[in-house]
Amino acid sequence: MTQHSADNTDAGPHHAKMTRRSFLRRGGVAVGGAAALVASLKPLMDPELDPGDLGSIQRFLQKHYKEMSTEDMDAALARIRNDVERRYGLRPDIRDIKPMDGVEFVFALNLSRCIGCRKCVHACVAENNQSRDPEIQYIRVLEMPKGTIDIERASHHYDRPKVPSEDHFYMPVQCHQCTRPPCVKVCPVEATWQEPDGITVIDYDWCIGCRYCEAACPYWARRFNFTPPRFASDEQIAQNPDIVKEQLNPDMSYLSNRPREKGVMEKCTFCLHRTREGKMPACLEVCPVGARKFGNVLNPDSDISRILRNKRVFVLKEEAGTLPRFFYYFDERRSRSGSDELDAPAAQSGEDA
Amino acid sequence: MKEFLRFLSRCIRITFIGDWRYQLWMLLLTVLALLGLNAYCKQLVYGLVETGMSDHVSWGLYIANFTFFVGIAAAVVMLVIFVYVYRDDKLHDLVIFGELFAVAVIVMCLLFVTVDLGRPDRFHHLLLRFNFPISMLTWDVIGLNGYLLLNLYVSTYLIYCAYRKREPRKALFVIPFVLITIVWAISIQLVEAFLYVGLSARPFWNNAIIAPRLLASAFAAGPAIIILTLQVIDRFTSHHVPGRAMLMLRQVVIVAMTLSIFLLISELFTEFYAGTAHISSTRYLYFGLHGYDGLVPWIWSAIALNVFALVILYLPIARNPQVLSFACILLIVGVWIEKGMGLVIPAFIPTPLGEIVEYTPTINEVLVCIGIWAFGLLVYTAFVRVAIPVLSGRLTYDQPFASAFSEIPHAQSSHTSAREKLP
Repeated sequence: MTQHSADNTDAGPHHAKMTRRSFLRRGGVAVGGAAALVASLKPLMDPELDPGDLGSIQRFLQKHYKEMSTEDMDAALARIRNDVERRYGLRPDIRDIKPMDGVEFVFALNLSRCIGCRKCVHACVAENNQSRDPEIQYIRVLEMPKGTIDIERASHHYDRPKVPSEDHFYMPVQCHQCTRPPCVKVCPVEATWQEPDGITVIDYDWCIGCRYCEAACPYWARRFNFTPPRFASDEQIAQNPDIVKEQLNPDMSYLSNRPREKGVMEKCTFCLHRTREGKMPACLEVCPVGARKFGNVLNPDSDISRILRNKRVFVLKEEAGTLPRFFYYFDERRSRSGSDELDAPAAQSGEDA
Repeated sequence: MKEFLRFLSRCIRITFIGDWRYQLWMLLLTVLALLGLNAYCKQLVYGLVETGMSDHVSWGLYIANFTFFVGIAAAVVMLVIFVYVYRDDKLHDLVIFGELFAVAVIVMCLLFVTVDLGRPDRFHHLLLRFNFPISMLTWDVIGLNGYLLLNLYVSTYLIYCAYRKREPRKALFVIPFVLITIVWAISIQLVEAFLYVGLSARPFWNNAIIAPRLLASAFAAGPAIIILTLQVIDRFTSHHVPGRAMLMLRQVVIVAMTLSIFLLISELFTEFYAGTAHISSTRYLYFGLHGYDGLVPWIWSAIALNVFALVILYLPIARNPQVLSFACILLIVGVWIEKGMGLVIPAFIPTPLGEIVEYTPTINEVLVCIGIWAFGLLVYTAFVRVAIPVLSGRLTYDQPFASAFSEIPHAQSSHTSAREKLP
């Protein structure tokens, strides 16, 4: 009862007060407010904005990688295939490649051999369809003065007419595919995880872009798409309209090198679309001095197993407690001379002992 | 339920009513908030490249503000402790203002995290795959939202009771939640610190003293902000804030700030006396590294502001409300620099691979921050606009709506301000 009377008294004097002037004023305020709101939302109408950029229903409903059924995955792959074709004019061969049983991948890098030519850096960009403008690189080659392994003394942007410099050695750093990856721990939405073969991957369609993993990585191995990825600069496209199509690698997989979007994280995946099908990573294949070794550590006869057994290997930032699957070593006898001590593992172990 | 909906609609209506100063203030805040929204839309379209952040310094002003404001929100608990643990019932209304303040600040915190996301359109992924309890960010999500709900509930319940002219059933509907709030407030601070402390990649953060330092400085800056807001409420509204409350909060600020400076000295001694290779970030912050010294003037001004503010607060002259406000402003600015820029940015410089790339926020990024600040203030002003007539019994369920603003609350005239009341 009180409610009713209160309602009436509430409406009564108020309506009496509602003159034409106050009505117009209120209307004016409301219209002005709405106009201001619309004006402030204007950037959203930008014609350059790709319709896919702000997400679609399909993508909104797409499940987490680990929850997708085969049909879900097929639908996702079909959508990506169409998206890539519509955007870049190239129909990719994209698939979801699962890890092989009994395989754990490990990388080793011979610091005595590396000459710091950065061929691996660029081969990686081409293979993994990173953005070219601005260019995202997974591998950072550090030029270190001889006599230290303190990376704070490294030069990141050395630019020499001729490498290697006599007073330096070179240390490429990329994702170490840690056994205890801090980046995986911190992800609030499980968008990144470690696969059974040791590769830490990202579901680019699940990442919310908080960059906590980037803060957590002790090897600075993760990269964020601050812009929508572009596969060529405006000048390059002006010179050659087909350049995007030519530069894009059509051999793609869901968890590795399919084109990413703005606002998500990406990283080295040991080229899983190659390595899970028996090929070597692109950075290894291009290396002119054979400084890079890669393989299945669960196979005792693999090159990589012999290196880990016989060489004096070390890992970067052991104190971070991450147990990397990426090892460095120096040749003990000769360096950059071309002698491959792998051929004499027995002698090697003798020396070690 | 119907009555509650009518209460809400009346609350919304009353926020549009006020004298010209109120209207101007709200208009200003709205314009700033919309400018921020506009800047954020740009960021949404072109990506986070619109900010000064990079792969090197991957968190910036947004997360810095976030960290600062979580502390501020948590510090409201100081008022709650005084009223409910020490049974100082006369300050009861202040708790409501404090909790409303916490709600507004937590809204700001949530906005600061949201604008930092690269894919805000995937926010729902948090609901679908929640990496709890492994990721500290998930603790943060629970902590902040829980704290928001707790404060929103307690303050709404108390205000609604006043609106219905009912005596709140404290033992059942208030006290248990207030006790949870106290523990919760300290926990969100701790979780906030753990977010950083747990990263072995960043020696600057991977340090046990970060958590106590964060708590100490938050419990200095939080009550300092509350002192300021209470003074504003006392001066510009019809609500009288007892001077005693200010002095009590001043004690809290003094103790917390003293502790904070003590912890700072402990940290600096440990870092610099041992002088290991792990102090590059600390060295960058305080002295500059290899010629890069972007944060050096900031951190020293922060320390100077904090020490100076503390000295003023210790002096008897700080009983004067204006001096007290002045000291509080210095301290808030100091802690904002120290806990925002000073805690977040240096951890990224140098990068884990030893590269030094400095960070400067862009105009767009600053506009987004200003927008969020303005929005937070807008929300809080609206809350206070509702709370005052209700708590003073002018807006109740059995009175016509118009009587609530027949005497428009504001102005220094009618009541004695806290200034003269202080001993």
